[in-house]
Amino acid sequence: MSATETPTSSWTGRVREAAVEALPPEKLLPDKQPTYVASWIYVFGVASIASLVVIIASGCILALKGPAWWHYTGVGHFFNSIHLWAVELFFFVMVVHLWGKYWMAAWRGGRTRVWITGAIIFLVAVPTALTGYVSQQNFDAQWISTQAKDGLNSVGVGAFFNVTNFGQMYSYHVLLLPAAVVALVVAHVLLVRRHGVVPPFELEDRRASGASTTPANAMPSSAVQGSGPGSDGAMS
Amino acid sequence: MNPVSVMGAIFNLNHPAHVVEWHFIQLSVANVVAIGLMILVFVLAIVLPFPGAARRRSGASS
Repeated sequence: MSATETPTSSWTGRVREAAVEALPPEKLLPDKQPTYVASWIYVFGVASIASLVVIIASGCILALKGPAWWHYTGVGHFFNSIHLWAVELFFFVMVVHLWGKYWMAAWRGGRTRVWITGAIIFLVAVPTALTGYVSQQNFDAQWISTQAKDGLNSVGVGAFFNVTNFGQMYSYHVLLLPAAVVALVVAHVLLVRRHGVVPPFELEDRRASGASTTPANAMPSSAVQGSGPGSDGAMS
Repeated sequence: MNPVSVMGAIFNLNHPAHVVEWHFIQLSVANVVAIGLMILVFVLAIVLPFPGAARRRSGASS
């Protein structure tokens, strides 16, 4: 037995072994996907991630340059607009992704945690965006924050989450909430990798009934990502 | 004239938002347009064929 196969007593070794067992490299970074993924409805998850990357990149530039730059220079306006419209696109494609996954009951086949992390991402992304509106440092931000202040006071959280406190809102917007969104997205993607992309209903029904497979799901399981219900058929 | 002024000449934003009201439901026209576009994109994503999908399925069967 080699040294790498010896059971380890250290916590780092146990974490490594658990991680590799849960997500072996061929699942973590697959080079094939099931054939049913060749549909436009499956592109909105990665479109959401692409939008998030643009949001974070443009947000980093805005944070580096500051409010005077994003309000009073042409390039600042440009990156301010990139940041805003990337957020609009993020929510647009995330909602279409949500609808697609809802109507295909994407929590099937042991994917409950995939669905729940996705729902929580949506819920956390909303205040992430709203704290951006009140962090603009302009009259628009003042108007939104004073209107929101009344609402939040009325439900009793106004002292803890004070939308007229720029420092607090800016910290939420550029650090706390984005870190939560990114962490949740990483967990969401890793869970998708572990369980595979949810298959269409008809494919699962055929498997349950033991009927012969069609060309779309006739590939051997060794050739496809994952070992769960989402593993039939493959495309490179 | 800068681009912002040009856009302002096309879209007059110097007024309260237009809203759509139906019983207790009140939505700005901008939000209604965004929701309509999301529904349109959702339907198109289902009905439009994905490039190369048929070839991949036939390849998987061989």
